[in-house]
Amino acid sequence: MEERAPNQAIKPPTESKDILRWLKENLFNTWYNALFTCLAVGFLYVIFKGILTWVLTEANWNVIPANLQIFLVGAYPREEIWRVWVVIYTLGILTGLSAGIWGGLALRLALVIGGVGGGIGIILAFFPAPLSSRLGLLGGVVLLAASLFLGRGRKGMRLWVLGGWLLSFPWTMVWLHGFGGLPVVFTSNWGGLLLTLILAAVGIVVSFPLGVLLALGRRSTLPAIKWVSTAYIETVRGVPLVTILFMAQIMVPIFLPDFRIDKILRAMLGITLFSAAYMAENVRGGLQAIPKGQHEAAQALGLNYPLTMLLIILPQALRSVIPAIVGQFISLFKDTSLVAVIGLLDLLGIAKTVIANPDWLGLQAEVYLFAAVVYFVFSYSMSYISQKIEEALEVG
Amino acid sequence: MADLENTSEDSIIICEDVHKWFDDFHVLKGVTTAFKRGEKVVICGPSGSGKSTLIRTINRLEVHQRGRIVVDGIELSDDLRNIERIRQEVGMVFQQFNLFPHLTVLQNVTLSPVWVKKVAKSEAESEALALLERVGIEEHAHKFPAQISGGQQQRVAIARALAMQPKIMLFDEPTSALDPEMINEVLDVMRELAASGMTMLVVTHEMGFAREVADRIIFIDEGAIVEEAVPAAFFDNPQHERTQLFISQTLQH
Ligand SMILES: Nc1ncnc2c1ncn2[C@@H]1O[C@H](COP(=O)(O)OP(=O)(O)OP(=O)(O)O)[C@@H](O)[C@H]1O
Ligand SMILES: [Mg+2]
Repeated sequence: MEERAPNQAIKPPTESKDILRWLKENLFNTWYNALFTCLAVGFLYVIFKGILTWVLTEANWNVIPANLQIFLVGAYPREEIWRVWVVIYTLGILTGLSAGIWGGLALRLALVIGGVGGGIGIILAFFPAPLSSRLGLLGGVVLLAASLFLGRGRKGMRLWVLGGWLLSFPWTMVWLHGFGGLPVVFTSNWGGLLLTLILAAVGIVVSFPLGVLLALGRRSTLPAIKWVSTAYIETVRGVPLVTILFMAQIMVPIFLPDFRIDKILRAMLGITLFSAAYMAENVRGGLQAIPKGQHEAAQALGLNYPLTMLLIILPQALRSVIPAIVGQFISLFKDTSLVAVIGLLDLLGIAKTVIANPDWLGLQAEVYLFAAVVYFVFSYSMSYISQKIEEALEVG
Repeated sequence: MADLENTSEDSIIICEDVHKWFDDFHVLKGVTTAFKRGEKVVICGPSGSGKSTLIRTINRLEVHQRGRIVVDGIELSDDLRNIERIRQEVGMVFQQFNLFPHLTVLQNVTLSPVWVKKVAKSEAESEALALLERVGIEEHAHKFPAQISGGQQQRVAIARALAMQPKIMLFDEPTSALDPEMINEVLDVMRELAASGMTMLVVTHEMGFAREVADRIIFIDEGAIVEEAVPAAFFDNPQHERTQLFISQTLQH
């Protein structure tokens, strides 16, 4: 049982890691390559010198810490912010437990989340703010690590943790909104990064299964299902997201006057329904790549349609389109910024109100750069996670 | 027809005037035959003659449009419950193996007992390991299909089909995609299976195997049975002109 892949028997010849030699071989191996290297270095120097001098000496960064709270949670009342922390801690504990119980991929995800959270936490610790919020994120990372440790090997907790994940979204919404003795915080006060993350998380979590169902529907042999799925996908893909967001705001109250659906819920609905159509097309690409023999082998073994899809076809199809799906998640995350046009104050919407504040006139560059960095951190984390997933699934 | 009635007593598969069209293309043109319990039948014929289509109608991977097919007393119809029951009794081995590449060898074998027959996982695994030992690949149980050779993959595919404890095994050119040196390891497993009394329908070009193992050989051309006979009669005294031509061409290779 000791045998591993045969290619491990002999180690490949090690290449010398000499920096000078690497430079010579890769950047200065021909006269024109050397010329391009010099030009590129000069170009980068000019650009970065400008940006760095601006960032380090000219920019007025006071605008960020002074408005940090509204960037993060919008108009959510200061005395209720502890509720947001409770949500973050709950998710941290769930993530930690999952990583401990399942290991593998869940562990990698938890490490990335913990790493990003820890990094941001350390940066926050240097901001002039109350100690509680300065150290809050680091506390979350500690909780994550602790529950990871606790969850190790406890397979019996699987169902509880899964249930926890399922309940986490409705619970978050109700908890942030308030119930029982908790003061109510109307969703119109939810904003900033909190709103951006909620919209993106809901969009991702709901549009994924919806997209899978639509993709299966489009390939169905039942004409009615096939036709409805195709019509839905093509219609939504033919309309810009902004239009769908406006329609969700204006049309839903017209068609369903008896339901006073919350503005944020309507935005979620719009984003999710929009994203599902694109998700469906990504998944369909994966489904098409699965050879017919896989369906036949599953059928011949007596598996029915749901089992064939769940156990045989989807695992292979989804694996092959992970990059496309994560790309879709990332663009959904960035597209949440469009809700600013329907008057929601997500991170970008908040950025605009801060700029409009007379106290902070003329600081557009600082504010937008900050927002861009926040978007980048989250998008890049997703992209990084996707690479890790692909590596983890490489075997087999 | 009277003939059929007689055989139906101990026949596990009955085909009566089976017709099949792909759009306008008439692939099976009235196939009538029956297979006895424990019988080993080799089906041969030129490329495109409808051999694969015929055995695929028996577990309803293809749907026949006219005639009757009865498998172990169950007539094949659109009734989904019938199809599911029949697929549990009929195992199939494909030319391209069709193992599930995202599952290990062991998981390939246990999948269907666990999910379709609802056998407990530990029980399914010990049965799977026994089957893998029977086909001689127990040491690769935890590898993925891509990590083993074609001959080994095909033996896993046989074990996977046997895990459902089928009464009938269908083989569609099980050795045609294999390198020559791997053909025998698969044929050996099939010989052992034949000796164990399994009912086997084998589409193959391996005439040595047919002569040795088959109780009967069916020669199909252009969607109809041209000739069926015991191997000795089939090879040494073929009645039909097309059979003679086919045998002379195949044996030349
Ligand atoms: N799904 C299909 N749609 C249309 N035509 C098909 C389909 N499957 C098979 N055919 C046609 O039906 C005929 C019989 O096919 P079949 O696969 O049964 O032949 P075969 O005897 O198994 O041949 P081979 O030795 O090449 O495997 C062929 O002409 C083939 O092109
Ligand atoms: Mg064939």
